Amino acid sequence: MNEIRASFQLDYGEFNLEIDLILPGTGITVLFGQSGSGKTTLLRCIAGLQQPSNGYLEINGVVWQDSKQGVFLPTYKRPLGYVFQEANLFPHLSVRDNLQYGLKRITKKPDLAALKQTVELLGIGQLMERMPERLSGGERQRVAIARALAVKPQILLMDEPLASLDSKRKQEILPYLSRLHQQLDIPVLYVTHSQQEVAQLADTLVILENGRVLASGALSETQNRLDVAQAQEQDASTVWLVAIAEHEPSYHLTRVIFSGGSLSLPAVEAKIGTPLRVQIYARDVSIALEAPVATSILNVLPATIVEIADAHGGQSLIRLQVASQVLLAHITRKSALLLDLKVGMAVYVQIKGVSTLIHQ
Amino acid sequence: MVSSADLDTLILTFKVAAIATTLMLLLGTPLAWWLSRTQCSWKALINAIVALPLVLPPTVLGFYLLVLMGPAGVIGKFTAWLGLGTLPFTFSGLIVASVLYSLPFVVQPLQAAFSMIGEQALEAAATLRASPSDTFFTIVVPLAKPGFLTAAILGFTHTVGEFGVVLMVGGNIPDETRVVSVQIYNHVEALEYAEAHWLAGCLLLFSFSVLLVMYTTLKSQPVAHPFK
Repeated sequence: MNEIRASFQLDYGEFNLEIDLILPGTGITVLFGQSGSGKTTLLRCIAGLQQPSNGYLEINGVVWQDSKQGVFLPTYKRPLGYVFQEANLFPHLSVRDNLQYGLKRITKKPDLAALKQTVELLGIGQLMERMPERLSGGERQRVAIARALAVKPQILLMDEPLASLDSKRKQEILPYLSRLHQQLDIPVLYVTHSQQEVAQLADTLVILENGRVLASGALSETQNRLDVAQAQEQDASTVWLVAIAEHEPSYHLTRVIFSGGSLSLPAVEAKIGTPLRVQIYARDVSIALEAPVATSILNVLPATIVEIADAHGGQSLIRLQVASQVLLAHITRKSALLLDLKVGMAVYVQIKGVSTLIHQ
Repeated sequence: MVSSADLDTLILTFKVAAIATTLMLLLGTPLAWWLSRTQCSWKALINAIVALPLVLPPTVLGFYLLVLMGPAGVIGKFTAWLGLGTLPFTFSGLIVASVLYSLPFVVQPLQAAFSMIGEQALEAAATLRASPSDTFFTIVVPLAKPGFLTAAILGFTHTVGEFGVVLMVGGNIPDETRVVSVQIYNHVEALEYAEAHWLAGCLLLFSFSVLLVMYTTLKSQPVAHPFK
């Protein structure tokens, strides 16, 4: 059974959590929500750091917790890796000893080759003899990720691992996380309140609000739900998985394809065929009834309106289908009325800007 | 000069202090750990009881111990039932009294050191497969090292310096309960000021050098570990 079943009820009076989820047993699942939504509490329940009054947890066929049967594996018996918001390294141990702390406890003969691989993956080879106090925030967090992976976990839990870092440090770590994404075959549960991280990392998205699941499913479905997009206000966006088809060096552009069409992007340094994630903000998408003949905008695509909803501040949020892809557009309510937009209409979308996320 | 009788009291004093300090560390460590972690409503009560010897006149503590450990006391009846006789005016009785009297000097630095270790460090260890006892010995003890050092030194020196409790519970029996502080008192009573000077000087030098070593060591230790 390649899946995670988690069901928790927890009552703290002013805050209560009521969760019932089935998540895929592979890829990165992002638990997204504002502070107080219960995302960290959910992660702590899965780790056994918090014991809910009522809970059932099954990871890939093995039951870790079943309060009806009185089953509760304490944290130290759960084969998991946990990355805390603060790196939480042991200050009295060197980087090497921090990495080996868990490793020594899973086996008498530590697999140093595997550890070396993890160390290389996270680029911390030259830090091994340092004490944690002499590391930068970004380095500390990379060591913490390596330490969690060193115990060969069956699931990796990450609690806002980038939240305590400035944006420069975040950009330093994201490529490593993306690499993990490719190389790890275990499921990752990743807690964040940053939409940027959702766009860059999520395969599956779970949106939490006030201790309840608001939406859960594959990123391509969940991110485009209008209720979800409305909750994101100005920053509603769509992520497309595309592949590089052609470089146009004279224009400093790269053309990428998706099933049913293509887009032009600012030049991306990568081989033809490289898969990419691109993010299109709803505010950068405009709608025309006929194919614009003279426009400076390169990316014009035929689309069909699927759903229309009122958004805040005189805006309308439109969900469109572009070949196999879903796209969100934020336009003014006045434009929507003037163009007399209706569900099912065939229109053209003009995409003003596409941002390329890290390489997959 | 220090006579052989005086030397015996010095040796006895350090023997009492060494045994009492060991017992206090064994007893005080779990107690301080519990006090630093518990949310239990008994915490305040236990804290107050442990700290009591800090404010109580030693003679009061000694008096109650004398009564309790005597043939009519609860502890006395128990030790008699065990076939150990009664504890007042014996070496064992002196140890028991010393442990109770100096315990706050061991518990309080330990409790402070344990409280400084964040819950996150323990949680990190648990996610790395360390059981609670494993975590205690590999994370808590090394991080609380300055606390253990302070506790051991304060417990030891305070036991060396005790007088009132010894006099009440231990009396003045050579090679059994006659410690340095009592011997200095004996010398002064007998107007043997020279001998009193020698012993008092020994204690002064000892206490000062131990404290000096302690503060020098602690200064070079990174005491405050902000958990990062």
